[in-house]
Amino acid sequence: MSAGIRIHRGATINLKGQSEKILSDASPSKTFALKPDNFFGTLPRLMVKEGEKIAEGAPVFHVKKDPRIVFVSPVSGLVKEVRRGAKRKILKIIIEKDEGEKLSHKIPAFKSLDKKSVTDILLKTGAWPFIKQRPYGVMADPDVIPKSIYISTYASAPLDVDFEFLLKNHKEDFQKGIDVLNFLVDDPVSLSVDATFSGFFQNIKGVDLLTIKGPHPAGNVSVQIHKNNPLNMDEKVWEVRPEDVVNIGKLFSSGQFSAQRTVAVAGESVLQPQYVKTTIGAQISSITDISGFDNTQQNRFINGDVLTGKAEASDGHLDFYNNLFTIIPEGNHYRMFGWLPFMDNKIPSLSKTSLSWLMGNQGYSVDTNMNGEERAFVVTGEMEKVFPMDIYPMQLLKACMAGDIEKMEALGIYEVIPEDFGLIDYANTSKIEAQEIIREGIELMIKEVG
Amino acid sequence: MSFLRRKLDELKRPFAKGQKWEKYAPAINAFDTFLFVPNHTTHTGAHIRDAVDLKRTMVTVIIALMPALIYGIYNTGYQYYTQTGEAFTFLDAFIHGSWKIVPMIIVSYVVGLTIEFIFAVYRGHEVNEGYLVTGLLIPMIMPVDIPLWMVAISVAFAVLIAKEAFGGTGMNILNPALTARAFAFFAYPTYMSGNKVWVSEASTIDGVSGETILGTLAAGGNVNYSFFEMFQGSIPGSIAETSALFVVIGALILIATGVGSWRIMIGSVLGAAFVGFLFNLWGANALMSFSWVNHLVVGGFAFGVVFMATDPVSAAQTNKGKWVYGILVGVFCILIRVFNPAYPEGVMLAILLMNVFAPTIDHYVVQGNISKRKKRWANALKTT
Repeated sequence: MSAGIRIHRGATINLKGQSEKILSDASPSKTFALKPDNFFGTLPRLMVKEGEKIAEGAPVFHVKKDPRIVFVSPVSGLVKEVRRGAKRKILKIIIEKDEGEKLSHKIPAFKSLDKKSVTDILLKTGAWPFIKQRPYGVMADPDVIPKSIYISTYASAPLDVDFEFLLKNHKEDFQKGIDVLNFLVDDPVSLSVDATFSGFFQNIKGVDLLTIKGPHPAGNVSVQIHKNNPLNMDEKVWEVRPEDVVNIGKLFSSGQFSAQRTVAVAGESVLQPQYVKTTIGAQISSITDISGFDNTQQNRFINGDVLTGKAEASDGHLDFYNNLFTIIPEGNHYRMFGWLPFMDNKIPSLSKTSLSWLMGNQGYSVDTNMNGEERAFVVTGEMEKVFPMDIYPMQLLKACMAGDIEKMEALGIYEVIPEDFGLIDYANTSKIEAQEIIREGIELMIKEVG
Repeated sequence: MSFLRRKLDELKRPFAKGQKWEKYAPAINAFDTFLFVPNHTTHTGAHIRDAVDLKRTMVTVIIALMPALIYGIYNTGYQYYTQTGEAFTFLDAFIHGSWKIVPMIIVSYVVGLTIEFIFAVYRGHEVNEGYLVTGLLIPMIMPVDIPLWMVAISVAFAVLIAKEAFGGTGMNILNPALTARAFAFFAYPTYMSGNKVWVSEASTIDGVSGETILGTLAAGGNVNYSFFEMFQGSIPGSIAETSALFVVIGALILIATGVGSWRIMIGSVLGAAFVGFLFNLWGANALMSFSWVNHLVVGGFAFGVVFMATDPVSAAQTNKGKWVYGILVGVFCILIRVFNPAYPEGVMLAILLMNVFAPTIDHYVVQGNISKRKKRWANALKTT
């Protein structure tokens, strides 16, 4: 068992609209979608055509460079539409659900499994995309042996989920998923848990338990890897989200691809914030029908948390990985003299030029206003305050902007992914789009270094 | 509010994309965003943003400058009336000071902001708020009787050469306000030093004169001010730098709001105190035996350290680097004061010197982080 990790630099932003611990079933979703953009660094090649009928668990597209990595349909039905964007880029593959067949795979006896057979099963069944790889947060490469696999149940982002609640009915499948993943690594997988968690995770076997304490971004796997056993040049580490461990466990029990997704619907605009049981790629309306939202105002629908999530239309679909769906009011309004210090203290601020720290007991109301305009880098030292890794964030951002690969490498680009800069996006005075800069930096690294 | 908003939107229409005055949009936007925080919403990255922005940060600095500025205005009148021997009230002193100083502030803002607006329109970016602070700092660190046209030329030099030539706010190497003062200092030395420039009207009225304490010491004279007078600031000097007391109040505002770096401020004080103390021990001449405590309260040291050395753009940017940078500003300030009688005050040149070396300091701090990482990589390769 590893020692615990204690994070000091960072911030927990307490927002209104935290999900209550009630689990409901989603209302039926007519269509489901797969979005290649959910898989960073993946160029898709379609394996189906519009109008084709497919079974649940049948491949829809694969990674262009590696046809072994397939992405399968979460439901059976008709490929209704392949929505494309600029330069014919595939945005969404929309599947209209019917009560068709379900693909079943033969799983050998658990005792006869080894790394190769587990890899083959995960690839063949379409469960491989549940595994992401560092550096960069891309699809895992089936040919590498990772240094370790991380599963983080410590969720620290604003309004984030409680994994102990979310997984409570799936203990056996979670354990099975862990046992399966342990075939892929030499050392046991790392399971990060909240230091205050009781029972559940302590009884999981075959893991290296890592207790975490501290504010966001302590729940980010990058931070945990960095503090526990930092990533070195040419090393790979894998990451699996807790519910996907359950999905992998179910696959190995039943032989069928499992696309279960429990989503916490949260945010100030949500009328009854709660957990909803649904399927990967389901329609947003199928979960908002249950939770409701304030439709008297304009809202921002976010797949994920308010710092790192992706905006989605209200008639859109869930993303592949997220357990959190946030709805907050849009902020397209003016604030007179709002730039004066100590004005509008209801807006949460990490800066001491606001008295907002006095106002947060009941949780903050937030909207999507920029609260200013983008400026050049001026203020120094503020990014370090919310960035707990031993990396100079501003210098790394500047290296990314300059496209200086050698410098990016030396300053630690391998150890971060864009989401680690979510709090910097939020907190920096000059409104620099840090996540965007890091994303472009990583894309450049992938292109030039591989 | 909604009436004002409607009027503004109407006014802004010809500046919109594709309209005839599109090019000049940054100019009207600067006025608009001064009244209202705009309705822009997030589109990439985090969906929510902190309430702080650059305007708020800069305005906090201006608020922190106010105590020193108000005292400086009063002290200008105080120095004048005590020299002429006229009876005066606080208000008289304040009015005399305002009559001298307000025009300097106006000239500084008009000239500086005009250049900033021209560059914003030319480069097609929004007007940055940095000049709001610079424009106030420049008159505050000038001698009171400097002609307005010299203020204008110094401002133009600072904004054009020290700032815009490097790419504008955030890109400059040297602190623009100090560059303006250094320019005036070397271009018009007779207006920037001696015993006829520090007190209002000293150059025109015969009986009126006054030398700064450091100037007196450098010339080998005796200082007749008590520590309290030096600390409180009722001494001749540049307009707003004389009162360590009111500068400290400003420093507390900057530190409490997190806008100014306490590392740089404390580092500078430690550096200056240490070197001052060493010279006290040596004590070869009057300047060397000038108490290290007095060094901290006379001249522009306090003002420079609190408001100029902490300029985040021209200072060191890493936390470790800020300590090194701050300490060296203090050390060099006292070294220049003691060893170079041609420059009685050393803080301006000390800060400008350290501005030049700040990137080097940061380079070594960041390099330390890089070497640590590379060593870790090498160790990992060895064990596998």
